[in-house]
Amino acid sequence: MAAAPSIDQLKERANTIRKLIVRITTEAGSGHPSSSLSATEVVTALYFGGFMNYDPNQPKDPKRDRFILSKGHACPVLYSAMAEAGYFPTEEIMTLRKLGSPYEGHPNMKRLEGIEASTGSLGQGLSIGIGHALASRMDNLGFNVFVMMGDGEMGEGQVWEAIASAAKYKLDNLTAIIDQNGFQQTGATDEVLDLAEFQPKIEAFGWHVQTIEGNDMESVVNALATAADVTGKPKAIVAKTRKGYGILDVLERTGDLNFHGKPLPPDLAEQALALLDS
Amino acid sequence: MYAGELSGLKLGKATRDAFGEALRDLGAEVSELVTVDGDVGNSTRTEYFAKAYPERAFNVGIAESNMVGVAGGLAGSGKIPVVASFACFLLDNAFDQIRMAVAFPEMNVKLVGSHAGISIGEDGPSQMGIEDVALACSLPGLTVVVPSDAACTKAATEAIVRHDGPAYLRIGRGKVAEVYPDGCNFELGKAIQLRDGADATIIANGLMVPAALDAATALKDQGVNVRVLDMHTIKPLDRDAIQKAAEETGAIVVAEEHLHHGGLGSVVCQAICETKPVPVESVDVGDVYAESGDPDGLLQKYGLTPDAVADAVKRVIDRK
Repeated sequence: MAAAPSIDQLKERANTIRKLIVRITTEAGSGHPSSSLSATEVVTALYFGGFMNYDPNQPKDPKRDRFILSKGHACPVLYSAMAEAGYFPTEEIMTLRKLGSPYEGHPNMKRLEGIEASTGSLGQGLSIGIGHALASRMDNLGFNVFVMMGDGEMGEGQVWEAIASAAKYKLDNLTAIIDQNGFQQTGATDEVLDLAEFQPKIEAFGWHVQTIEGNDMESVVNALATAADVTGKPKAIVAKTRKGYGILDVLERTGDLNFHGKPLPPDLAEQALALLDS
Repeated sequence: MYAGELSGLKLGKATRDAFGEALRDLGAEVSELVTVDGDVGNSTRTEYFAKAYPERAFNVGIAESNMVGVAGGLAGSGKIPVVASFACFLLDNAFDQIRMAVAFPEMNVKLVGSHAGISIGEDGPSQMGIEDVALACSLPGLTVVVPSDAACTKAATEAIVRHDGPAYLRIGRGKVAEVYPDGCNFELGKAIQLRDGADATIIANGLMVPAALDAATALKDQGVNVRVLDMHTIKPLDRDAIQKAAEETGAIVVAEEHLHHGGLGSVVCQAICETKPVPVESVDVGDVYAESGDPDGLLQKYGLTPDAVADAVKRVIDRK
């Protein structure tokens, strides 16, 4: 495990990842940059904040920690973070979504080492994470499992089946992060399907839950550190975020703060990159 | 009178019992084997394994979607999960999870659907898995097996556990005749020829295999000689055996306890059309949902009997 960098260093890394997200989705001409940008602090902290044990050169090490991006459409943030971590050259992810590229529109573990689950059909990642967490315990491998879900995704019933079963098995090697960016495909999550507050519901199942400002790196790091010390129960972090965080000024000019499932056109991408550089 | 009796077969165990015993026995030598249940382990008989290896058995409750996802994760970390429920709840309820967590990532998960077909009887259509084979066969890379009796089920259970890749095993609730009283020489993807004859071939699986044998027995008395193939593996399909049967007997009857569309009949017809087109007749549930009732009464009413198979053979021979 790498030595933990400072908050400022993590912020700088997050900024680099944000620029990659904008560049690769604009180059692809499709994808979900805004859904990726909301999740950037959490993914950056996981891969670079000393919270995950991994070796890009040994992606099949049985003891590696697992990260599962259940909200698979946000894979630009995952590919960007993994490129930064050294899993593959950064230039390669410029082929995002192109025919023949392993950097598919949603993660495909058969084509890209280091991807722990093929996702994109929402609601399924936490269950898969539970399977890994059970195996870790059975074989005394000691690895941890992190699963990131979206707030819209929480409408899937399977998520709640999984929450109940993780509590049954007291999986304290499992941490779920909900990227609560407030939007889903057609609008605000509280208008499409209002699930109200996540924390009391998940706590009621027997989990340890924290609700934090998910685009504030220090809050994210502190929450992951707190979760790491909790034993005897699974852990959840409700990360309150903004969809498109980092380039909100540019998105505001488009009149669409959701900006779901579309890339920035080249001119706006230039503005976004300039904003991220400023 | 049970199917197989006319041919001198003894009534044996239910295939779910044979599965449960085989799985328990495999637990000793296959240390990666685990079970994931949706709270019907006493019906599917995974409870035999769970009682022998409680630390390797996970009952996640009445939550089939999560059940399949958990199995996918266990496989991702090197386990060989057997995930079992009623065929309808497993395949129909958790189909997308099977797609995403098992088939698409090619996870080494063994899906076992019990209580398949209308022969479950009194519990009625909501509990009858009659679409399961169609759903399972639609998924790329999934091996699909429908054993006929206890010995075949034991061998099939061992074969799918040792097979490196996702598989679906379909088993039934009630007792069935012993097609293989001396043990089953089972190989995935290889049909077993039980009778030979030149006039037609009956291709059957599951409990329609003893029915096919009875039909062959009855027809022989009438001077009609039929080949009988136990097509226990639907995917990968033994196309060579089917082509050979079409070429050598010129007429095919397919018999299965499944809907008309998407099951053994569909894949056999496709293989025949692509190799050696000959007339085909089908004996199956049709395009309907059944009803509650006693198993034998249901099999009679919905035409899954030795007589129905024999009639189909006569029809198909007339079309040669």
